[in-house]
Amino acid sequence: MPGKYIPSDYLPILIFLMVATAVGLGVLIAGSIFRLKRPYPEKLMPYESGNLPVGEPRYRFSVRFYIIAMLFVVFDVEAVFLYPWAVVFGSIGFYAFVEMMVFIVILVVGYVYAWKKEAFNWD
Amino acid sequence: MSIFETIIQPDTFDVLIKIGIILLKIVIVVAAAMLHVMYATYFERKSIGHMQVRLGPMEVGPHGVLQPIADGVKLFFKEDIIPADADKPVFYIAPVISLVAALSSLSVIPFFKGFVIANINIGLLFILAMSSLGAYGIIISGWASNSKYSFLGGLRSSAQVISYEIAMGLSLVGVMMMAGSLNISDIVNAQAAYPLRVYAIPQMLGFFVFMVAGIAETNRAPFDLPEAESELVAGYFVEYSGIRFAMFYLSEYIGMIVISLIAVVCFLGGWSGPFDIPYVPFAWLLLKVYFFIFFYYWIRATLPRYRYDQLMSLGWKLLIPLALLNIVITGIAKLML
Amino acid sequence: MLAEIFFAYFAVVIVLTSILVIASRNPVHSVLWMLLLFFHIAGLYLMLDAEFLAAIQIIIYAGAILVLFLFVVLLLNLKEEIKGRPFSRIFVIALVLAIGMAVVISSTMKLLPPGPVGQYSMDMIRATKGGNSSIIGRVMYTEFLFPFEIASTILLVAIIGAIVLAKKRLRS
Repeated sequence: MPGKYIPSDYLPILIFLMVATAVGLGVLIAGSIFRLKRPYPEKLMPYESGNLPVGEPRYRFSVRFYIIAMLFVVFDVEAVFLYPWAVVFGSIGFYAFVEMMVFIVILVVGYVYAWKKEAFNWD
Repeated sequence: MSIFETIIQPDTFDVLIKIGIILLKIVIVVAAAMLHVMYATYFERKSIGHMQVRLGPMEVGPHGVLQPIADGVKLFFKEDIIPADADKPVFYIAPVISLVAALSSLSVIPFFKGFVIANINIGLLFILAMSSLGAYGIIISGWASNSKYSFLGGLRSSAQVISYEIAMGLSLVGVMMMAGSLNISDIVNAQAAYPLRVYAIPQMLGFFVFMVAGIAETNRAPFDLPEAESELVAGYFVEYSGIRFAMFYLSEYIGMIVISLIAVVCFLGGWSGPFDIPYVPFAWLLLKVYFFIFFYYWIRATLPRYRYDQLMSLGWKLLIPLALLNIVITGIAKLML
Repeated sequence: MLAEIFFAYFAVVIVLTSILVIASRNPVHSVLWMLLLFFHIAGLYLMLDAEFLAAIQIIIYAGAILVLFLFVVLLLNLKEEIKGRPFSRIFVIALVLAIGMAVVISSTMKLLPPGPVGQYSMDMIRATKGGNSSIIGRVMYTEFLFPFEIASTILLVAIIGAIVLAKKRLRS
């Protein structure tokens, strides 16, 4: 159920998102009224240096991209743990520092492992 | 009580005025951003022209000052070509996602004391969240175009953007630690109260990581290889033309302005300066932002493009450890003082 | 009243986009509907004054996990996927089961006793400087220290797992 508060601080952001979307769509729609449209099959072909397109455009790509995406998820979660910690660090002090160092050291083990396994190399 | 009565309450009029003020602020900020983008392109062509001992645009108006307007009109009336095999709805929506992701960060940045569209507690996180959305515009435009170049460009560019996002988030942790807040106005005020006035000096390492990651996030030179003209013929937006192309172009420049603004408010003291300039409370902020934008062009004219493997290892092997080191150093320094 | 209107909007859009996620033929479209879905879930978190969670919802779910989904989906051979029928034959049975489930849940929900009211009420969070994020920080780094450190081990396992899986594919 909704709380008794309305997050009024976020109302401007909602309006901003609406205005930004309206600007984007508005420019597209306004443009579509004025501009020319004279398509023919050659014009609508995907660009491939003027040749006829060869093979599938969406091919299977290197597994490296998945490694990067998966490592990104892990390190993004790590960064998210750091944000609230950074905010309260000043008020908790030494105790907070030690526990975050333990956290970072455990993750650095994984980072070094990834490095040694050449997950960051691109060949 | 009818629904009408519950919605129209005595304070409805006040609420409407408030919404009107918010709308006015948004329109001012968005219009100012658009104007800045127009002249950022002109300024880029002029300054890089002079760095290469050319004149840059000279034809439209005196010294070519009307060039951006001519470009805008041209792009607006250009034919909009949609490739035959493209996924149309996704192809349509991709530039809008890019534009909204780039613009929305402006809503939490304080331009001068008391002027911010949304003063929220998690301002910095909001910016990080919106910049993570930028990856979508890139991947789905590359995918929807149904072209090899754009698909590969989109994949490369999104892998680049997500890799540098971590470094960027981690580089801001030092600033959060020093200010003890995620609210951007609080961060600016904390810097004004700080003896050195700016966080760029104690957060040197974080500032460096942030700037490198910021240039990579906006796909600017020397990390502009997702749109490398010579290898990928402009990468993910190769199939986009006319106004849709202009929207990608616009979001790239707005992204550049947003990164400069974050650098200014988080590391260089925001709107505050050595002395107050009367009547123009945002003068210092603008000056600092112009400096950063010039810095972007300067780098573009100076450094050659990175190779893709160099780019990925720079992000993962250098910037992330440096950002973590910065957090540790900041923590120790804060405990000692 | 206004709160209810907002809640209704978010709830309706969440349900609609969830249906679109599973009903779209094209998995890339599903991912995009899911993006919209995550935004509305973040909006719901904001209604509960959990602004930090709302930001995390976008940064982690929309910004990281969904990007990973998108990478995986791009690998699929879409031509074959799109040819398939969007609803299989068990659709009717599934629908009946789902409606039955909805009836059971909605009829028994009121029987559940409300949980105890804790120390961290919305009024308390509103009154704290920094709001939601500083409260979460304070609680997580003092009371819930051990679960927090466990999280780092889980992340470590995730890194190793990701690399082991991908390395197998690289070799073959």
